[in-house]
Amino acid sequence: MNKVWAFLLITIIILSICGCGAGESNDNVVIVYNWGEYIDPDMLEQFEAETGIRVIYDEFETNETMYPKVEAGAAEYDVVCPSDYMISKMIQNDLLMELNFDHIPNAKNNIGMQYWQQSEGFDPENKYSVPYCWGTVGILYNRTMVDEPITSWAQLWDEKYRDEILMQDSVRDAFMVAEKLYGYSMNTLDAQELLTVKNALIEQKPLVQAYVIDQVRDKMIGNEAAIGVIYSGEAIYTQYENSDLEYVIPAEGTNVWIDSWVILKNAPHQENAEKFIDFMCRGDVALKNFEYITYSTPNDAAKALIEDEEIKNSPIAFPDLSQYDALETYTYLGEEGDTLYNELWKEIKSY
Amino acid sequence: MNSKKNILATPYVVWSAVFIVIPLCMILYYGLTDKTGAFTLENIAAIASVGHARALWRSILLSVISTIICFLLAYPLAMILADKKGRAGGFIILLFILPMWMNFLLRTLAWQTLLEKTGVINGILSFLGLPSLRIINTSYAIVLGMVYNFLPFMVLPLYNALSKIDKNVINAAKDLGANKIQTFFHVILPLSVPGIISGITMVFVPALTTFVISTLLGGSKVLLIGNVIEQEFTQASNWHLGSGLSIVLMIFILINMIVTALFEKAEN
Repeated sequence: MNKVWAFLLITIIILSICGCGAGESNDNVVIVYNWGEYIDPDMLEQFEAETGIRVIYDEFETNETMYPKVEAGAAEYDVVCPSDYMISKMIQNDLLMELNFDHIPNAKNNIGMQYWQQSEGFDPENKYSVPYCWGTVGILYNRTMVDEPITSWAQLWDEKYRDEILMQDSVRDAFMVAEKLYGYSMNTLDAQELLTVKNALIEQKPLVQAYVIDQVRDKMIGNEAAIGVIYSGEAIYTQYENSDLEYVIPAEGTNVWIDSWVILKNAPHQENAEKFIDFMCRGDVALKNFEYITYSTPNDAAKALIEDEEIKNSPIAFPDLSQYDALETYTYLGEEGDTLYNELWKEIKSY
Repeated sequence: MNSKKNILATPYVVWSAVFIVIPLCMILYYGLTDKTGAFTLENIAAIASVGHARALWRSILLSVISTIICFLLAYPLAMILADKKGRAGGFIILLFILPMWMNFLLRTLAWQTLLEKTGVINGILSFLGLPSLRIINTSYAIVLGMVYNFLPFMVLPLYNALSKIDKNVINAAKDLGANKIQTFFHVILPLSVPGIISGITMVFVPALTTFVISTLLGGSKVLLIGNVIEQEFTQASNWHLGSGLSIVLMIFILINMIVTALFEKAEN
């Protein structure tokens, strides 16, 4: 029996060595963890061709699925692209590295001033993050399936649209809709306000066709639903595919978000990570990415290169935010706040 | 001889240690501790909270319904198959296993496309001038998905049990004057109990724990306990609560197995 245990021990040791070995290869690589379908794959190839650095690319669907993987260090990533509130959580939990902007010259040269200012909400001294994409959250609706212009979050509670509404299947986005409806802050921790929001979302649930994330896009294109809550970048793409679709920022205000590149504190390939971010901030590269993913770019150099006037002046891609009052950006709610939101969300979903 | 046997068992011992015992210990560890590492029963008691209890109750309800439907569909089929030994039986079995060559996720996604409001089935129905089918994103669609995906797990053990029954036993029952119904309830059914039990377990357990079917066919509107656990790990990054709820789920599966085992004993 002793032999068996010896064998077992050896196997475990070998397995663990192999496990580590695979993660810590000394190759000339950069390991990138980005949102799904959030980059032009040609740009990765171009980066590899220009620098000789191999890109290992991995994707996530929500900030919340990304965070535990990065926190646990189960997989070693260099560059990640989280959203605003998640960046502030990562800063607080000491997961990010201070960037050396001398190695990322394109960032300060090309990214517009207003986006750095907006970033100060979650990265107060602009030390940790470089804006990659930004946008709003709004309502996408099918002109042929509604008989009135959609202008308000309240219309997502209209009995008329029973079974025609798509909501976002993520805590913060779902709550934001109801919070804005009542004129609350989307970062509220007030118990009374959250109770109202919870009840509103429970009341809305029978009208909702489905809670989805990326599928909003396909379902709206396929005329499966009349109204959906969607990110502005997706809206432009859906309009290419289905010209009946219209995007609107509701009058009550919405979330203005930024997704930014960050480098992890324990990144094994720090230099390559800097080169990667610098490459992504280049005007021509940012333009290609914008054309491919259709999410608004904060890159002024790229914006200047856009030839199509219609896109350049698109109210979806580059809205004039000054005409909306109640715009906000998510902030990190703290561990207790996160737990509270999650508990309420489960109550709503299980109802 | 004994030591040789031990050596042959090594791969299994290693396998079960690495992939069964260690993960199980980790679930127990996470489930019984809080974020600071101190012992707590809070994660287990959390099943009593409104959201969790509702999700668990709905999971049990849907998986019991699915198991019953699977059983009612599979038993006659298994009897037909057991009768038709040889080429015809083998062919029908192949037809049943064939879809399992395809990925489970793809098959479930296919159901989504079929059932959607503008999906294939509704396209055909409206072409024929019939009223449309509205079951996508409801519990009905989830039960359908469960039955479709898990039916083979019910058919195969039943088929095995039924085809092992000695024909002479059935003939003896007929000789002694039992009619078809009596033969079925007094001879065939009791002799197939082992197949019934493994069939029920193999359908009930994955149905109780699934989260993919409810996400894809329920539009995330119907929250099952599997979804809650999945979200604790992926969204809320609270491994302690997720593990605690997994332990509760394991207790329910154990209860199911004990009940069926007792039932088997009583039959004997």
